[in-house]
Amino acid sequence: MKELSELKAPGDVRYTKEHEWARVEGDIIRIGVTDYAQDSLGDIVFVELPQVGRKYAEGEECGALESVKAVAEVYMPIGGEIASVNSVLEGAPGLVNSAPYSDGWIAEVKASGIADMEGLMTCDEYIAMLKGHKQ
Amino acid sequence: MKEFAGSTGLVLNEPLLFEKGKKGRSAVSMVRRDVDYFPVSEELTGAGPNFPDLCEVEVVRHYTRLSTWNFGVDTGMYPLGSCTMKYNPKTNERQACLPGFAGAHPLLPDELAQGLLKMMFELERFLAEITGMEAVCLQPAAGAQGELAGMLLLHAYLKSKGRKCAKIIVPDTAHGTNPASASLCGFAPVTVGSNERGVLSLEAVAAAMDEDCAGIMVTNPNTLGFFEENIRGIAEIVHSRGGLVYADGANMNAVMGIVRMGEIGIDVLHLNLHKTFSTPHGGGGPGAGPLCVGKKLAPFLPIPRIAREQGLFRLSSDFPLSIGKLHAFYGNVGIMIRAYSYILSLGPELKKASRLAVLNANYVKERLRGILHLAYDRACMHECVFSDKLQAPLKISTLEIAKRLIDYGFHPPTIYFPLVVSGALMIEPTETETKEELDLFVEAIRQIVEEAGEKRELLYSAPLRTKVRRLDETGAARNPRLTFPFNDLAGKNG
Amino acid sequence: MRYLPHTEDDIARMLEVIGASSLEELFETIPRDCRFEADLKLPAPVTEWELNDMMAALSQSMAVAPEYKIFLGAGSYHHFIPATVSYLLGRSEFSTSYTPYQPEMSQGTLQAVFEYQTYVSRLLGMDVANASLYDGASALAEALLMAARVTGRKKVVLSGLVHPSYRLVARTYLEPAGFEIIELACGVDGRTDFTGLESIEELGAVAVQSPNFFGSIEDLGLAAGLAHDRGALLVASFTEPLAFGLYKNPGELGADICCGEGQSFGIPQSYGGPGLGMFACVKRYVRSMPGRLVGKTEDRDGKTGFVLTLATREQHIRREKATSNICTNSGLCAVTSAMYMASLGGSSLRELARLNYDKSEYLKSELKKIGLRLPFTAATFNEFVVELPSDPQRLYHRLLDRKVVAGLPLGSFYPGFDNRCLLCTTETITKNDMDELVGLLAGN
Repeated sequence: MKELSELKAPGDVRYTKEHEWARVEGDIIRIGVTDYAQDSLGDIVFVELPQVGRKYAEGEECGALESVKAVAEVYMPIGGEIASVNSVLEGAPGLVNSAPYSDGWIAEVKASGIADMEGLMTCDEYIAMLKGHKQ
Repeated sequence: MKEFAGSTGLVLNEPLLFEKGKKGRSAVSMVRRDVDYFPVSEELTGAGPNFPDLCEVEVVRHYTRLSTWNFGVDTGMYPLGSCTMKYNPKTNERQACLPGFAGAHPLLPDELAQGLLKMMFELERFLAEITGMEAVCLQPAAGAQGELAGMLLLHAYLKSKGRKCAKIIVPDTAHGTNPASASLCGFAPVTVGSNERGVLSLEAVAAAMDEDCAGIMVTNPNTLGFFEENIRGIAEIVHSRGGLVYADGANMNAVMGIVRMGEIGIDVLHLNLHKTFSTPHGGGGPGAGPLCVGKKLAPFLPIPRIAREQGLFRLSSDFPLSIGKLHAFYGNVGIMIRAYSYILSLGPELKKASRLAVLNANYVKERLRGILHLAYDRACMHECVFSDKLQAPLKISTLEIAKRLIDYGFHPPTIYFPLVVSGALMIEPTETETKEELDLFVEAIRQIVEEAGEKRELLYSAPLRTKVRRLDETGAARNPRLTFPFNDLAGKNG
Repeated sequence: MRYLPHTEDDIARMLEVIGASSLEELFETIPRDCRFEADLKLPAPVTEWELNDMMAALSQSMAVAPEYKIFLGAGSYHHFIPATVSYLLGRSEFSTSYTPYQPEMSQGTLQAVFEYQTYVSRLLGMDVANASLYDGASALAEALLMAARVTGRKKVVLSGLVHPSYRLVARTYLEPAGFEIIELACGVDGRTDFTGLESIEELGAVAVQSPNFFGSIEDLGLAAGLAHDRGALLVASFTEPLAFGLYKNPGELGADICCGEGQSFGIPQSYGGPGLGMFACVKRYVRSMPGRLVGKTEDRDGKTGFVLTLATREQHIRREKATSNICTNSGLCAVTSAMYMASLGGSSLRELARLNYDKSEYLKSELKKIGLRLPFTAATFNEFVVELPSDPQRLYHRLLDRKVVAGLPLGSFYPGFDNRCLLCTTETITKNDMDELVGLLAGN
């Protein structure tokens, strides 16, 4: 497991308590899981992606990440309809490990607006929360 | 000090069966054809399966070689916690293979099957005596099916009272089969944590138990190796709120003749004949998971049940409240024969077996004190749980200790379970290990812990003496290869 | 007692290390009011030699071949078991090991199960098979639960010619989970009548057994078409896998999930258990499968090895969200059946299947010669239904007195079948046995 100082938490995304992130990209919001989440789970072997076209509420379970010996649910950081999913992960689930904030993204959500992001943590708040975890 | 069993032997390679053989070979004596060929519909006929043709020597060598890559109780100490890997007596195998048993058709008329019906009837009575329960059904094919049967009984009982519950209490130390079995009956598990003594508190159960709860599933002794000391009080709370108490008997090996579940508030209990009653585990099964119940649940037991009428044993399905059937016939009779033989061989001495199982566990616990971190420092029952806390600063985890034990010639304990202990090593020596073997096991762990200081690489690379070393499980899961592909040599399906 | 190794001296020295004065003291963590103070009322221990006598007496009271001629099938089949199979499965490295959680010291079991998965997939014409379930009945129940997971629908159609016990077990598993089960009746030819299937909405699965309980070969292709048109999966059940040595397998006829009993392949009948739940499916549903799977991989040095894989479906990881609660399965029986399939190979398996077929065709033809009616016309494999003359009960018992078990009377399973009987002939039944049965029936 990585030390706190080794964990990446970029400033251009917002975070949830459940270790998902969300980033506004034009009129959609891209979501994924954090470096901390992928690191705690270990080598990811399968990604259960959300259903395209389905509407999920904020905090609703929308998918799962599987390692060899564990499963972690993915919860929606914001409510909205799934516009697309990262189907590359079907053949290359390890991208979530190697590039959690870029190529390892999970889905794109049609959200009602940037306002949805207000309830999420900034990177400073998230790092502060992780500090609490690690202690 | 005796020598450790771990050694490098002559390990022979052996390919898959599908890479062997030649068309036209056979390893069976083909039955003499004494009837003519009759016409068969061409439209319905297939090509027949694409199996390699092998000769008898090829088959025998293949499986003999494979067997040498395996480790069983007969090979060495197998202290898997909560699995009760005790010695499997050979006479039991002999009995199960008797021609009248092995060759018996399950749909024989009752009067032609008296021997096995008698065996089953008596085994039910023996298990009722051992557990202090009213009635026993031998049908469930394994512990998890016994659990499912138990949940179905709860469901049926509540229904008969006009009730339907959505939840059931499951402690955080439970086996995964508990919540999985409960959810098959529509009961959502409500997790209750154990207290600082590693057992359930009355307060925690009282807080979780409400009208919508069907009751509680409790493993007793639990997977931390402790007797649930508040069980009577817990049962009172659950009963007073209309619920029932299910006991998972996976760890009954600690308390045969010492605690009778029927007398301490348990309504339904399953046993694992392949744990407590010495039947071999077969590399994954078959087992048997008899269900023992108190009076109020007896009418709901699976059918058929065995009755005795005028000296004759009979299968009876005349139980209108029964939950139905769980098995095509009557369960794993071959396993029952072994357990029956075991109980006949020990009789009331079963109590001694439990006492010695607890003695062995406490002895290992004391001897390993200070070498490994003891998760709960108190007297245990049949198993003791340690963690890798003392080795963590050296960056040595439970996995390394377990893998290195293999090189010393021991099967590792259960690891990373129960989940409430981080980096758990759960050791259940069972009563059939000698003191010398236990001492050797303790010494192996002591040496490994020493190696953790000076020879860390050795631990990371262990095991070194097995046919294969640590395997790529990530690759196996990312790109599952679950069958051997057809190849051109084998022919038709390309 | 020879299984308990402790001498008085051992006990004393161990108690000293523990710091306890007696064995009783070790149980002080059990509250007094939970302890059972009396002795268990069990018979006094017997010696190995006494046990042999007791068990031999019980065994001898059972009616088995060759003393009895038993024409019973109906889900449990008497086939010859080569000595090699019994001998090899008796190797205690296989039988006394646990589930292969430590792959480095379980490669024997793991490779044997991987081979079993391959054999079963090939036999049934499916992409993947699991490491086994308990028996054919629970395998059917699990298949229906799996079909519901895949389709999201809890309505299933069950052919009434699926083994009656299997249907009961399916109901036990499914009804508390809120499933709706619709049963289809038997058609005039001894196969399932699919009429009415077209009008069922929101269907999750169609389950058909072939050969069915009456021994008839079902039109699985038709069933697959009907199921798939309705967005449902075809679940193909079986009790006699040897049939696929001769007939088309369920995979090539369009089954999505295939499940059944593997006892025929080298496993003693043992009064019905342990059996072997064979379970296979098409590749796209593998993540919804119940039970364990063994996969091929490499070790650190690049050497081929085998591990349990895709375990996140299972109860020990996913707990209440697991695809099944199964843990212990029928591992040793699975390995046994692989030993049997290995011993036969493709060529002998086909020959044996054909012999089973021809024996039962011979019996059919001889029964017809003495004027008995075979009510169904569909093709069969090694069992079929025959109509006995009036008062079949008396006839059945008269034959029992002659040590012939003349099949399974069907009256208690199907209303109106009081005169009908299910007869089975495998390779263990000789022409002489059949001639004797026919003679007894003719002499009635």
